[in-house]
Amino acid sequence: MPTNTYLNAATTLKSWLLTRDHKRIALMYIAGITFFFGIGGFFAALIRLELVTPAGDLLTDETYNKVFTMHGVMMVFFVLIPLIPASLGNFLLPLMLGTKDVAFPKLNLLSFYVYLFGSLFTLYAIVAGGLDTGWTFYTPFSTVASTSAVVPAALGIFINGFSSILTGLNFMVTIHKMRAPGLTWFRLPLFVWALYATSLIQVLGTPVVAITIVLVAAERIFGFGLFNPAVGGDPVLFQHLFWFYSHPAVYIMILPAMGVVSEVIAGMARKQIFGYSFVAFSSLGIAIVGFLVWGHHMFVAGQSIYSALVFSVLTFIVAIPSAVKVFNWTATMYKGSISWQTPMIYVAGFIGLFAIGGLTGLFLAAMGLDIHVTDTYFIVAHFHYVMVGGAIMGYMAGIHYWWPKITGRMYNEFLGKVSAAIVFIGFNLTFFPQFIAGYAGMPRRYHAYADAYQVWNVLSSAGASILAVGFTMPLLYLAWSLKNGEIAGDNPWGAVGLEWNTTSPPPTENFHTQPIVTWDAYEYPTPVEGHVV
Amino acid sequence: MSDNHNQHHIVPLSTYYTIFLALMVGTALTWWVATIDLGAMNNVIMLTIAVTKATLVVLFFMHVKYSSKLIWLAVGGSIFFLLILIVLTLNDYMARGWYTFG
Repeated sequence: MPTNTYLNAATTLKSWLLTRDHKRIALMYIAGITFFFGIGGFFAALIRLELVTPAGDLLTDETYNKVFTMHGVMMVFFVLIPLIPASLGNFLLPLMLGTKDVAFPKLNLLSFYVYLFGSLFTLYAIVAGGLDTGWTFYTPFSTVASTSAVVPAALGIFINGFSSILTGLNFMVTIHKMRAPGLTWFRLPLFVWALYATSLIQVLGTPVVAITIVLVAAERIFGFGLFNPAVGGDPVLFQHLFWFYSHPAVYIMILPAMGVVSEVIAGMARKQIFGYSFVAFSSLGIAIVGFLVWGHHMFVAGQSIYSALVFSVLTFIVAIPSAVKVFNWTATMYKGSISWQTPMIYVAGFIGLFAIGGLTGLFLAAMGLDIHVTDTYFIVAHFHYVMVGGAIMGYMAGIHYWWPKITGRMYNEFLGKVSAAIVFIGFNLTFFPQFIAGYAGMPRRYHAYADAYQVWNVLSSAGASILAVGFTMPLLYLAWSLKNGEIAGDNPWGAVGLEWNTTSPPPTENFHTQPIVTWDAYEYPTPVEGHVV
Repeated sequence: MSDNHNQHHIVPLSTYYTIFLALMVGTALTWWVATIDLGAMNNVIMLTIAVTKATLVVLFFMHVKYSSKLIWLAVGGSIFFLLILIVLTLNDYMARGWYTFG
């Protein structure tokens, strides 16, 4: 192990809590995200336990409302939004750019504390009576009817939004200003392009939802009536403002995961990414077109039919850049010298699950079908395929791929592969039956349901317990590897990219000498036909 | 990258005072317009004043007028995205009742 690393540069608690090192801040984010993933997972377990039987016998209807709301709020705002940008993005961006840190290190630390403060504020809402509006805060229920702790929860999310904006701003400036000499835009790793596109959404979209949530709180406290039809307001206006951010927010979750997938596939297939510039621009395409499609969440909400038609067409268009990525990844793997190690197994899972999540999104872009399945379990299955099958699988791939760089140690490869397989099986068993139950008409957000749906719910709950095992295993063997794992060396995968050109773990200043880039991204040796390279 | 972007443009204090005065006049005008019933034109006039005031703040108080093309691009991009929000939302409101089922 190298003697001079960011981990042993200083070891006091203060040196961690007040650090400006992007790598330490990334680790603190990973700890925070894991904590909230645990809480969100606990609420998910309660939901799945309740739904084992058709009768609402474990939780009352009101408690159930609060449980699924807190599951959604925790997972969306405190896990999925910061999931990859704030953790892996923070750790890797300066390393990939060949620089010492992000452009504004103090702002980076501030964004972590804002995240922590905002999320703890929302946790307080749980003990202050819980929240029962669903993570979407739909009006007028949230403004005039709900008796739960809407205001503290909303303020927590409002505060948390600033963390996202600050991270996005920091990353954009870093990518513009801090690239190593010779590292031109078209030599950047695709993970960096993905982070840039993500940052665009964070900076442009988050203020809108932040203000919208403040309006909900203000309306609740002062009775403005902006969203209340009883006094001339319009609840659909809330949905426009909310989904203007919250649909692109899906791309905040998935774009960085796509970036991870590009890195892992190139590294594990030992090939240049097929159609590099198409994959790079498809990230920007998703970020931009993603802002034009929000109305597909509102096909039954009372918006005009003409408007719904426009949103439907635009939604079909956003599938194109996503498909570009999937085709290019597949083409990259073609005739590659693929090493089927843990990160690659997660990536294979990502491609399959994201394809199902994305293609069922096209079902929902079609108005007629969407009306049939709106507010059913079909929707729940669809977005879990994107958010868990896509974003979380991508995160798991990334954590396993860069774990040797982060810690300097290898994990148990066999356990890694087993856990990836368990997650894949458990995930499909949990969520595929929900497509069937939803298509057959089972509504979401009810604690009791018709007997005919029980078989799908039992399968789903069984799958959730398998999924829980799959997610717990990495927690254990990764923790074990911190002390006992094999020394990884600087570049265990034989990958190219600046982050692999420094020690594992890197020193505080990342590189001992300033890297100068004279090569393109992913310059892997071309495999010779019939030979393993 | 050129260092020209980092050079600070010195703005005379009188410019700030003038802009501040213009903003105050805009505020007073908005209040005055609100006291007169002009029908639908009330909103149009008040929104025009508000946009003008916002433009002055962005150009002078936020120094965008003296900034690099990259900053102009960032500001232009942000306005473009704001327009997406407004246009596609109005696309719903203006078309309510155009078609109905049944």
